[in-house]
Amino acid sequence: MLKDITLGQYFPGNTPIHRLDPRTKLLLLIVYIVALFLAVWYVSYLVVAVFLVLVTVIGHIPFKAMTRGLKPMLIFIIFTAVLNIFYSRTGTPLLEWKFIHIYSGGLQTALFMVVRIMLLISGTFLLTYTTSPIALTDALESLLSPLKKLKVPVHELSMMMCIALRFIPTLIEETDKIISAQKARGADFETGSLIHRAKALIPILVPLFVSAFRRADELSVAMECRCYHGGEGRTRMKVLRFGKLDFLAFFFGALLLALVIVLRVFGL
Amino acid sequence: MSDLIQASHISFSYPAVWDALPVPVFEDLDLQIREGSFTAVIGPNGCGKSTLAKHFNAVLLPSGGKVYVLGVDTTDEDRLLEVRRTVGMVFQNPDNQIVANVVEEDVAFAPENLGVESELIRKKVDDALKTVGMYDFREHAPHLLSGGQKQRVAIAGVLAMEPRCIVLDEPTAMLDPQGRREVVSTITKLNRERGITVVLITHHMEEAVNADRVLVMHKGGILLDGTPRDVFSQVQTLRRTGLDVPQTTELLFALRAQGWELPLDALTVDECAETIFRRLCPAN
Repeated sequence: MLKDITLGQYFPGNTPIHRLDPRTKLLLLIVYIVALFLAVWYVSYLVVAVFLVLVTVIGHIPFKAMTRGLKPMLIFIIFTAVLNIFYSRTGTPLLEWKFIHIYSGGLQTALFMVVRIMLLISGTFLLTYTTSPIALTDALESLLSPLKKLKVPVHELSMMMCIALRFIPTLIEETDKIISAQKARGADFETGSLIHRAKALIPILVPLFVSAFRRADELSVAMECRCYHGGEGRTRMKVLRFGKLDFLAFFFGALLLALVIVLRVFGL
Repeated sequence: MSDLIQASHISFSYPAVWDALPVPVFEDLDLQIREGSFTAVIGPNGCGKSTLAKHFNAVLLPSGGKVYVLGVDTTDEDRLLEVRRTVGMVFQNPDNQIVANVVEEDVAFAPENLGVESELIRKKVDDALKTVGMYDFREHAPHLLSGGQKQRVAIAGVLAMEPRCIVLDEPTAMLDPQGRREVVSTITKLNRERGITVVLITHHMEEAVNADRVLVMHKGGILLDGTPRDVFSQVQTLRRTGLDVPQTTELLFALRAQGWELPLDALTVDECAETIFRRLCPAN
């Protein structure tokens, strides 16, 4: 049951998008988001959308995966759209009935808002689809490393993230086992009121936590046995390096940003 | 050959928790592990074998006496890393010792900690993975591997430090027979071909048979110490401590109890068959 959960949703591949340095992809995502928020009119939204579609195609990511990623956000998107339709009172009135007033400006803002949210989510998904979680953690550690000077424990945080990612499948498997074990003893998780069902979770969570602490203890000993002593003097097997491809990607990112800014000046 | 690990007069007790009394594990224990040897440590639960093993690479420090690894005192904090990279340790549960979510990244963990250059890490990781026969799985996620494969990855993770000695604390306890065979043959290969000193703590007498020295621990002391042949022929002593003997010895012992005159030191099935055959047909 729980095994179907996949985290990070990484699509392994060897496309130019996959081969990009994860830092490049992370930075490009930021550029993309900035461009998205600078977009003001149809043309600029179209430019951003085309950029997204191009990356999706180059990265061999099925469009189905993109729409699947949007599904859980549907309620949020609809809610935003409805709010924007009713609250904006610019442009020409289209419908006035009792307390409902719909203006053309409202429709337009709602449309832009929906497109913006969808492009934003899809862009973020594209990063996790084409980058393995471990590469992302490495990229974050590398990009945040200047913060080490401010005594921010960057290495420790990324190590923690990495271990958390590593243990998600293990703990999910364990949860499955505990649920089966408790069911075998007659525990009932499916019927009863909400409070009753919430209470039924306690016999799952308690053993899960106990075992997680035991695992953490054993893991820390195993790490010490393999000479772990913090981030100081630690090297990496895979060193992140910017290549030609990354500069090309930065060029396209800059191009996108420049294009959107120019379009904004012209109000397109 | 010289002693790689030397424990002299060590004692250890787990500290008191709340109002419980401290639990003494062993007192005044003496032990030497020779370089290049394959030592199996057996003993009933709670006899202190795991605790002893943890003294070999300074995970635990003795409360009395000293442990030396290649002459380095394990209480010397400045040389802690030196001790730990000399004596690697593999634990029972492979899930709880794999750090990364890609096999090769996990094997690279130890050399990364030691500050090895990245090209050299690559080489060490590939070597270690080839030695345990997991090279083809280098890009897999550990949680998708079988127990035996995971444990071999854990061994590779220790091998990448290029230790002189590997201590394995019941590495096969959670594995199925297939996984157990994989791990045992890997360990034996490391000892025979690479000359790595092996200390294997185990519950399976069949695994101890491969060793060239068997230590039997009981109540925090060393009860028997010798070659597998010597140790396993002492069937009655072993049984008194609640331990089994290999099935071959068991058979010979039962036959002896019936009045057959048989030696007890046959360890493999072939040897055992040969012994019985000789007894039945002394002419050949």
